[in-house]
Amino acid sequence: MRLPRVLRRIPRNQLALAAGLVMAAAVLAALLAPYLPLLDPDAVDTRNRLRPPGSPGHLLGTDEFGRDMLARLVWGGRISLLAGFATASVSMLVGGLLGVHAGYWGGRVDTVVMRLTDILMAFPYILLAIAIVAGLGPGLANAMVAIAIVGFPLYTRLARGLVLSLREREFVEAARALGSSDRSILRRHLLPHLLAPVVVAWSLDVGAKILATAGLSFLGLGTQPPTADWGSMLATARTFVILRPHVALLPGLAIFVVVLSLNILGDALQDFLDPRLRHG
Amino acid sequence: MGRYLLRRLLLLVPVLLGVSVVVFLVLHLSPGDPAEIMLGSQASQEDVARLRADLGLDEPLPLQYARWMAHVLQGDLGRSIRLRQPVLGEVLIRFRATLLLTTTALLLSTVCGIALGVLSAARPRSLVDRLSTLGSIFGASMPSFWLGLVLMVCFSLWLGWLPASGMYGAHGTGGLADLLSHLALPAVTLAAASTTIIARLTRSTMLDILRQDFVRTARAKGLVERGVVLRHALRNALIPTVTVVGVQAGYLLGGAILTETVFAWPGVGTLMIQGILARDFPLVQGCVLVIALGFVLFNLAVDLLYAFLDPRIRYE
Repeated sequence: MRLPRVLRRIPRNQLALAAGLVMAAAVLAALLAPYLPLLDPDAVDTRNRLRPPGSPGHLLGTDEFGRDMLARLVWGGRISLLAGFATASVSMLVGGLLGVHAGYWGGRVDTVVMRLTDILMAFPYILLAIAIVAGLGPGLANAMVAIAIVGFPLYTRLARGLVLSLREREFVEAARALGSSDRSILRRHLLPHLLAPVVVAWSLDVGAKILATAGLSFLGLGTQPPTADWGSMLATARTFVILRPHVALLPGLAIFVVVLSLNILGDALQDFLDPRLRHG
Repeated sequence: MGRYLLRRLLLLVPVLLGVSVVVFLVLHLSPGDPAEIMLGSQASQEDVARLRADLGLDEPLPLQYARWMAHVLQGDLGRSIRLRQPVLGEVLIRFRATLLLTTTALLLSTVCGIALGVLSAARPRSLVDRLSTLGSIFGASMPSFWLGLVLMVCFSLWLGWLPASGMYGAHGTGGLADLLSHLALPAVTLAAASTTIIARLTRSTMLDILRQDFVRTARAKGLVERGVVLRHALRNALIPTVTVVGVQAGYLLGGAILTETVFAWPGVGTLMIQGILARDFPLVQGCVLVIALGFVLFNLAVDLLYAFLDPRIRYE
């Protein structure tokens, strides 16, 4: 594995280091939410509605039901991060496998898979996700299914393109001449070449998936109350933004900082793993 | 050009068929009986049975699709349960508002994006260049709906310059000035991300071109830098830019759904979300179909424009 070398080199890039620290903190807070000294994120306290940040007992203030913003941001982050990582990973696995098979076997498999991705890509990304949720019904699980479906053609195209160019190379021909089965050629000779570009695409995709899930929740199609993710917190805050801007600004800031960190990390990862794509 | 146009139009057929299948299947993804879901738990058995018959839900799927398709081709998108009227009319009225928002955002992002890109490329590492690089990093990470809320807080709440939502003021004149003041914030919100993408692409293309021999020749001839950048380099940089502008047009159409919701803009997006929350399937199908068609036609227009600008494409 090349990962240790990567880890040694990342600290040289201070921006990537800062982004890494932000992400580590966000992931840790999300994982440890049940054990952190936080107030109950769903505890309603009508006497303390819409308190500004810095109020006694509520570091980041309260929302329209008097619920603690800090606790809701941490618990909401759990859902947003889980949704981002899970949907990007499912898209990568399904899309990558389809792409590898389409590229390796060609013929009818290729035609069917590529026409399917063509159709999915004939829709604007968010529209197709919304359409799928419209059919399945609003809810976090359905929103995640929709986003994973919409996201897989990206990986299919990437993996197929790579396999198509690798398939004809000498080392694959050599392996075939030595009597390797298709399965072992795919596994031992092609997969290692796919790993770096696909992981880079995945790392840049997680942020996009967090944005997409937040978008669906913002539209009321994702997480349903009282559970909140950052997108649905923004949606309810929209009504109160005139009274107390912080209820809308904080969840958005959380999304922005996390996605920005993920994009910076993805770029750094790309520079290390895939020098061919290095930009000047 | 004629043959290219014909081939491009033929390629549209499978895409449109695929789009129609997906839109048709939206109704059938639902767990359970769509008629019951649409009418809610209060509905009587007769009403559910009548809606089932209306939608032809008892027939085999391919037959249902054929029947639905035949209706759609005649411009009949069904009746909205919630609005109690034909879907097509309502969707088309709303689509005009969406189109206004999307084209304004597209113009804004194209003009600003190209201008920023050219300025950054002409003076690399200048203040404009740094700001536009920073903007492109932010643009890709900022949720558009949040940017909309931030702009709303700044320009409507604190400064009081622009209205926060809707398309016309309740007590406004209903004239062009009223419309433009309502359009400003949603259009800027929608255009922001695309502007940064177009700027980044224009910058990198311009930098490549400014290094080429013909630019050196132009400079050696004694042309002023302004002429070299605008007349020689920019012209050549526009071809890839047109492609990315086309791609952006499609994203803007999708992104408009979120922006419309933030600013209560009366477009197809808000109509579709209302339809989904009310489980009004015909209305949702109509909205999805119209936006997807708009997207496909936008892409076609861009391909044709591209072929017009770059003759090599036509003969591939």
